[in-house]
Amino acid sequence: MTDNVTVKSTRRHLRQLHPAAVRTMHWINAGAIIALIGSGWKIYNDEVLFGWLHFPDWMTFGVWAQHGLQIHFTAMWVLMVNGLCYLAYGFYTGRFRRKLLPIWPGQVISDIKAALTFKLAHDDITRYNAVQKTLYAGIILVIVVQVVTGWIIWKPIQLSELTALVGGFQNGRLIHFLGMVAICLFLIIHVALALLVPKTIGAMITGGPAVPDASDSDPAPLLHPAE
Amino acid sequence: MSNRSPSRSIFRPVNGVDQGIMEDNRKLIADINRRKLLRGTLSLGALTMLTGCSVSDTGPMQSVLRAISAFNDGVQELLFRPNHLAPTYSPEQVAKPPRFNASYEIEEVKPVNGQRWKLELSGLIDNKAPWTAEQIYKLPETEIIVRHICVEGWDYIGQWSGVSMADFLKRIGADTKAKYVSFKCADDYTETLDMATALHPQTILATKYAREPITDPFGFPLRLRTSTKLGFKNAKWITAMEVTNTYIPTFWSKQGFNWFSGI
Repeated sequence: MTDNVTVKSTRRHLRQLHPAAVRTMHWINAGAIIALIGSGWKIYNDEVLFGWLHFPDWMTFGVWAQHGLQIHFTAMWVLMVNGLCYLAYGFYTGRFRRKLLPIWPGQVISDIKAALTFKLAHDDITRYNAVQKTLYAGIILVIVVQVVTGWIIWKPIQLSELTALVGGFQNGRLIHFLGMVAICLFLIIHVALALLVPKTIGAMITGGPAVPDASDSDPAPLLHPAE
Repeated sequence: MSNRSPSRSIFRPVNGVDQGIMEDNRKLIADINRRKLLRGTLSLGALTMLTGCSVSDTGPMQSVLRAISAFNDGVQELLFRPNHLAPTYSPEQVAKPPRFNASYEIEEVKPVNGQRWKLELSGLIDNKAPWTAEQIYKLPETEIIVRHICVEGWDYIGQWSGVSMADFLKRIGADTKAKYVSFKCADDYTETLDMATALHPQTILATKYAREPITDPFGFPLRLRTSTKLGFKNAKWITAMEVTNTYIPTFWSKQGFNWFSGI
């Protein structure tokens, strides 16, 4: 009986850096985000917020505005359903807490300095540095806000209480646009850093090295020994 | 190359909507898009193929997108709050004149002759006698000062008055358990409302803007105005109205815009 528990327990305490569920959700999310950005640019071009900014047609998805809308209002479901699964997974398994917390401002600043002088260590890809933690936690928040403002733009009257919260329909559009900018900036940094340390890309495809589970903080209770 | 860029907006096109050109050159256009995208972006693997798929008016990709758009119609019907009123505004905030929206330019509007004009009725209606403008002007008026939101993203506050649609439907003995109220317009535009929206307290058959008769570009003598739909759903220059259980594709929904288009 004791052996049995130990075996299960050991298996539990070693896991891949990026379990299959995380990898799947990451790439589904990546696809949805790209589709939403490209189609969003198409929609934006129909009535620009800034006179100096039109997105070139070749950068936008769809031929006409209706195609941009169709793609946007399809990909939004992919993003929302996948995103809800991801949030549930991240909280339930404790992955968010293990990987993204704590974030200390002092450490963020020193890590940014180290990154800018190319001194930031990245031999161990299983531990996120403070800059990574900030970016990854930040982008989750940005996407949540983006979904909320997306709903405001889609349903400004049915959700008029939410619309009032951001100060009106046009403010909703503006915040949605700024959220897009934040996501694009994140993407540029995220992709650039991943290309600098290519094994991180491999890890998000194959799962990466096995890592200890940090089981003292693992809330998953299913296989805990009954003492 | 000149036909590579579609006009900025099909709601305000330069030379009308001739999608035939896009259709004829679809392969070429898709090819140009794909090459430029591949050249212009980091390798995003299979994701770049998104632009390689034809999302234009035919093909499997378009069928999938339209199926999801139909699903979104259903979601919006569920989300619709029949008694939830849109925010209203004060007369000082009203834009004068209102902003024009149609599939053609304002100069191309063909005015309707109010003397000869009639509103024809058909479908699930007890009293199908047509209405003249004079008769409609005599009906009790409801006024709404609400925000017009265009699918493109712009908006303005407008002050509309006319007979409440719910009252009018009752007056003509319409079957309000039917699913749709459809409209035909003098410029061959077609539009269809779901019955829940037609019965919403802020849905009217408008005859006035800012307390003056609606002018030609904005739908004289009779147009629809509802606070819960995107601008294009508010049919102008209405000539016929039908109460029906049959879904009739509309001017914009045929071109791939979402049918329900609630806001």
